[in-house]
Amino acid sequence: MGGTAGAAGLDDLDDLGTTKLDLDAVPAHPVIELGEVHKTYGMDGTAVHALRGVSLSVPAGDYVAIMGASGSGKSTMMNIIGCLDVPTSGRYLLDGIEVEHLSDRQLALVRNRKIGFVFQSFNLLPRTTALDNVELPLVYAGVGTAERRRRARAALELVGLGDRVNHKPNELSGGQQQRVAVARALVTAPSLILADEPTGNLDSTSSADVMALFDRLHRAGRTIVLITHEHDIAEHAQRAIRLMDGRIVSDERNGARGWLSDRNSAQHGSAS
Amino acid sequence: MRIREVFRFALAGLRANKLRSALTTLGILIGVGAVILLVAVGKGSGAQVQANINKLGTNLLTVSRQAGGFGQRASRNTGTQSSVASLTTADAQALLDPTNAPDVLSSSPVVTASPTATFSGATHQIAQLVGSVPTYFSATNWELAEGSLISDDDVTQARKVIVIGQTVATDLFGTTDPVGRQLQINSVPYTVEGVLKAKGSTGLNDADDFAVAPLTTVQNSLTGFGSLNQIVVEAKSAAATTPAQDEITSILTARHHLAATASPDFRVLNQQSLLATSDSTTHTFTVLLGAVAAISLVVGGIGITNIMLVTVTERTREIGIRKALGAPRAAILGQFLIEAVLLSLIGGALGVIAGLVGTRFTVAGVKPVIVPASIALAFAVSALIGLFFGSFPANRAAKLHPIQALRHE
Repeated sequence: MGGTAGAAGLDDLDDLGTTKLDLDAVPAHPVIELGEVHKTYGMDGTAVHALRGVSLSVPAGDYVAIMGASGSGKSTMMNIIGCLDVPTSGRYLLDGIEVEHLSDRQLALVRNRKIGFVFQSFNLLPRTTALDNVELPLVYAGVGTAERRRRARAALELVGLGDRVNHKPNELSGGQQQRVAVARALVTAPSLILADEPTGNLDSTSSADVMALFDRLHRAGRTIVLITHEHDIAEHAQRAIRLMDGRIVSDERNGARGWLSDRNSAQHGSAS
Repeated sequence: MRIREVFRFALAGLRANKLRSALTTLGILIGVGAVILLVAVGKGSGAQVQANINKLGTNLLTVSRQAGGFGQRASRNTGTQSSVASLTTADAQALLDPTNAPDVLSSSPVVTASPTATFSGATHQIAQLVGSVPTYFSATNWELAEGSLISDDDVTQARKVIVIGQTVATDLFGTTDPVGRQLQINSVPYTVEGVLKAKGSTGLNDADDFAVAPLTTVQNSLTGFGSLNQIVVEAKSAAATTPAQDEITSILTARHHLAATASPDFRVLNQQSLLATSDSTTHTFTVLLGAVAAISLVVGGIGITNIMLVTVTERTREIGIRKALGAPRAAILGQFLIEAVLLSLIGGALGVIAGLVGTRFTVAGVKPVIVPASIALAFAVSALIGLFFGSFPANRAAKLHPIQALRHE
């Protein structure tokens, strides 16, 4: 299936009924807008400052890699961007919605409508077919059975697993499982696809498959944020943001192959 | 999101661990089954006691002698007829007074003996030989199987006739028809007039090891003309037993010249009050059995909590995934609550079936009687138990933080 066909298929997925929040506001704003975001864990004495004032703007259609060593705050950043956690202070607008004061219930709704997650460990429901796994976010969105089926099948076709709809996760390879997860992430036509080390558990061939999928989604106009520590994965992105000790230390944009690794080694030299 | 979908998830959760679900269900099954069965057994044993009492006659009052005031033992030992300690045929006659005792239908003087009877070589000790008058039969609910009952003539002329119970008939006569035959009691020949219908056993005693002969005959040849053993009184209706009891007491108190304060030398036993007493006894018994069963139901409920806690811990990651994908707290709560309630409802339904099957058998000699209310109650309680004992684990699942839940291994 080609990129253009995929784009048409995805646009089909773009009506999700009404919600209590006004989630379908005009998309004239950036998908992600972080302003001086701080995140502190624990009490005063033993407080851990995971994020120390992060500001970032990601426009629609962008393809961003967030990089950093472990402890740099990239997991915290992913949790906050993914609305799994709220910042201690600062502003976060996801698709124009102020997220920091939302209730638990509203956060769940935002996650369901606005974000498609892809995790390092796939996080598919065990003993559940690929089709049912992909349908899951639609179930929580309140989409009817027939419509759900149709969209889930379309999403699985899109990731090239049209012939595996009734396989359970333990009957699929790692790469296939991650492609099911990608299908699940895009079945609700979210504003943002958020992938946390999507190739961390995959061999190089499967990694290439999954990254090719992300590239295609990007060409189809999806907004993608990748969290990774691997340069060759980050190279697929158009923009690389480096985190260190809870702060953004670099934010570069380039499309050429090899741009990141060069800069990286250069930066390593200057930093040490 | 619809409740139907949450329901589907809950069912899938139960199916994922069939053995565990089955065992948890078993706990509730046993609890509900036990409640239904044990309450039925309690009710059955109550009904059995009632039936036994009814066999003796429902409108029945028995007047018997009782150790009264001082000096009674001495007077009895000397054999003198004192003012205490005897019931006479005249007493029995006096109870038939329609003005002083309007609620009395019949009054039958009774003497009892336990003699050995023989018939052509066969010997049988009759557990109870009653000497009485014809009204005795109707008062004590005895019915005739064949032949005829004792008549008033038999009593006045002290004829040597006898009516025997089924046990006596089979022991002495075997297959021969006893009516018209003669059996010997203390070398005195008695002609068998009739055979009584079987009453069956009343607890430990065989009610059919029994015979009735005319009062005068038994007094002549066996007991002598001392005090009667009992006066059996039949009231006009079940409701009349209490006034009849009062009437009997006042008549006999007057006849025995007892001071109002003295303890009476007789005792009136009211079958109705006996029924009421046994009723309350078996009620207590039933409640006790039900309580024991209810405890097992609660234990089954704790089993549900236990299993659901394990399930929630085991499926923490699944909960995390669902939450990350946008499941609201209510959906997670609903899913695990429905799982718990389904476990207890399925257990409850199977328990009802098990209870109903169990009550078809005789348990410890008692034919259980199903109490419909106990079925409804046990089933409703099992559903509530699922809600109550399932809410804690379900709530714990719903409150899980998605990040922590996703990190859970």
